[in-house]
Amino acid sequence: MKVAIVGIGHSKFGRRDDATVQELSWESFKEAMLDSDLRQKDIDATVIGSSPEYHKQRSIPGVIAEYLGMNSQPTYLTEAACGSGSAAIRTAYSLIKAGLHDVVAVVGIQKMLELSTPEILALMGRVGDVQWESGFGITFPGYYALFARRHMHNYGTTEEQLAKVAVKAHHYGAMNPKAMFQKEITLEKALGSRPVASPLKLFDCCANADGSACVILAKEDLARKITDTPVWIEGIASASAPISVIRREYVDRIPSAIIAAKEAYKQAGVGPDDIDVADVHDCFTIAEIMAYENLGFCEIGEGGKLIDEEQTYIGGKIPVNVDGGLKAKGHPVGATGVSMTTEIVKQLRGDAGKRQVDGAEIGLTHNVGGIGQYCFVQILKR
Amino acid sequence: MMFEKFGKISYVPNSKVAKFVEYLEEGKLTGTKCRKCGTLYVPPKADCVECLDDDMEWVELSGDCTLHTYTTIHASPAGFEDIAPYTLLVVDVKEGGRVMTWAEGIPEDELEIGMDLKLRVKTLDDGKLVYVAEKP
Repeated sequence: MKVAIVGIGHSKFGRRDDATVQELSWESFKEAMLDSDLRQKDIDATVIGSSPEYHKQRSIPGVIAEYLGMNSQPTYLTEAACGSGSAAIRTAYSLIKAGLHDVVAVVGIQKMLELSTPEILALMGRVGDVQWESGFGITFPGYYALFARRHMHNYGTTEEQLAKVAVKAHHYGAMNPKAMFQKEITLEKALGSRPVASPLKLFDCCANADGSACVILAKEDLARKITDTPVWIEGIASASAPISVIRREYVDRIPSAIIAAKEAYKQAGVGPDDIDVADVHDCFTIAEIMAYENLGFCEIGEGGKLIDEEQTYIGGKIPVNVDGGLKAKGHPVGATGVSMTTEIVKQLRGDAGKRQVDGAEIGLTHNVGGIGQYCFVQILKR
Repeated sequence: MMFEKFGKISYVPNSKVAKFVEYLEEGKLTGTKCRKCGTLYVPPKADCVECLDDDMEWVELSGDCTLHTYTTIHASPAGFEDIAPYTLLVVDVKEGGRVMTWAEGIPEDELEIGMDLKLRVKTLDDGKLVYVAEKP
């Protein structure tokens, strides 16, 4: 029995002071309802993907399920930092495969900007291993900066190549009405931005955002009744790696991504060359370069060359993040993985408008949690 | 609550390896070694994941290390504003393992991946303990 995505929804990402967590969830849930032509009574459960430490409301599935009109069906939270959304999809998939439910809605949601700046700065100091690393003042950009520095040393990757990833993200973000930043940027602007954690600069970093995204999953026979354009989940793998960079063998790659990708390709019976379009976790520009390599779109160390040659633009070897990526869309932690899946579904349905990859049949999502302690890779087919 | 003396900001009040901080007070850098299978843990761990044993002995480290990677933090988290920008290093410890630390007296443009460095214990103004890496 296969599992398909039969409905998608996506809120506007950005600063969303106008809405509560549950109101923001409603925006994507409603879109997914209308997209699939399902109603609450047709859905057996909701799984919420989110990182709880950003919210004032404790245990958010309660208020969300109530607001969505999804009582008395089961609901609960999955957490895997920035991978929480994909963790929720993997949980929903498992619930259907196990025969517990037939149709499950997944809502990825985050309001990151309801915290004050001091609260955000305090959280920022606790992203890594708080016993051995945080006491020295390492930050989230700091970790990726450590990866970037080593990648540059090993393979000659340049700051200009990193900046080109940001330029591409904003190029496509300008075509995405749901993106936080819908403006193109120049290479000079990216390279001239202020340092955050050397060698990473402001334009190497994605922005915290508020937003939600929703997908509805259904078992095979029902999926064919619900829609003429089901998108099938053919691979849905996950892996983990040490959170402490000091306990990792390599810091020029995300080991969990390499393992999850191999497993997802195996599940789907395809390889990297078969992927027509991909949405990858570009929380920092170096993360996208490593994703190219870790997913097998090029050899380890050749990610910089891939962006130099514009092979990850539409028309290139493998278009990546043609929705603007985390960089231009904004990164509402729990919503990000689900947002990726909605973009690939759009691409495979042929509904992506100006940023459509012609004839896309197989797509991939790559959603990294934290600094790679979690990774999720999906392979979707139309 | 010995462990809270470690780090500029400490998020961890105590740990089974709090003796590590007692050794820092004596100016010693240490790791743990499993008496059963010999696996070395730097930083120390109380439990051996290889053989499930918890009979660990403390091993003093030379402080010799090489630079694995580095960054200078300009946008600092809460509690580090007064020292920003500061340069963080990840170093490969000669005896095995890796630690995160600060560069002491080495400007970022003099850092080179692979260079030899020496770790030593440093007491901060408020009495907190850390280790830093300097040129040997």
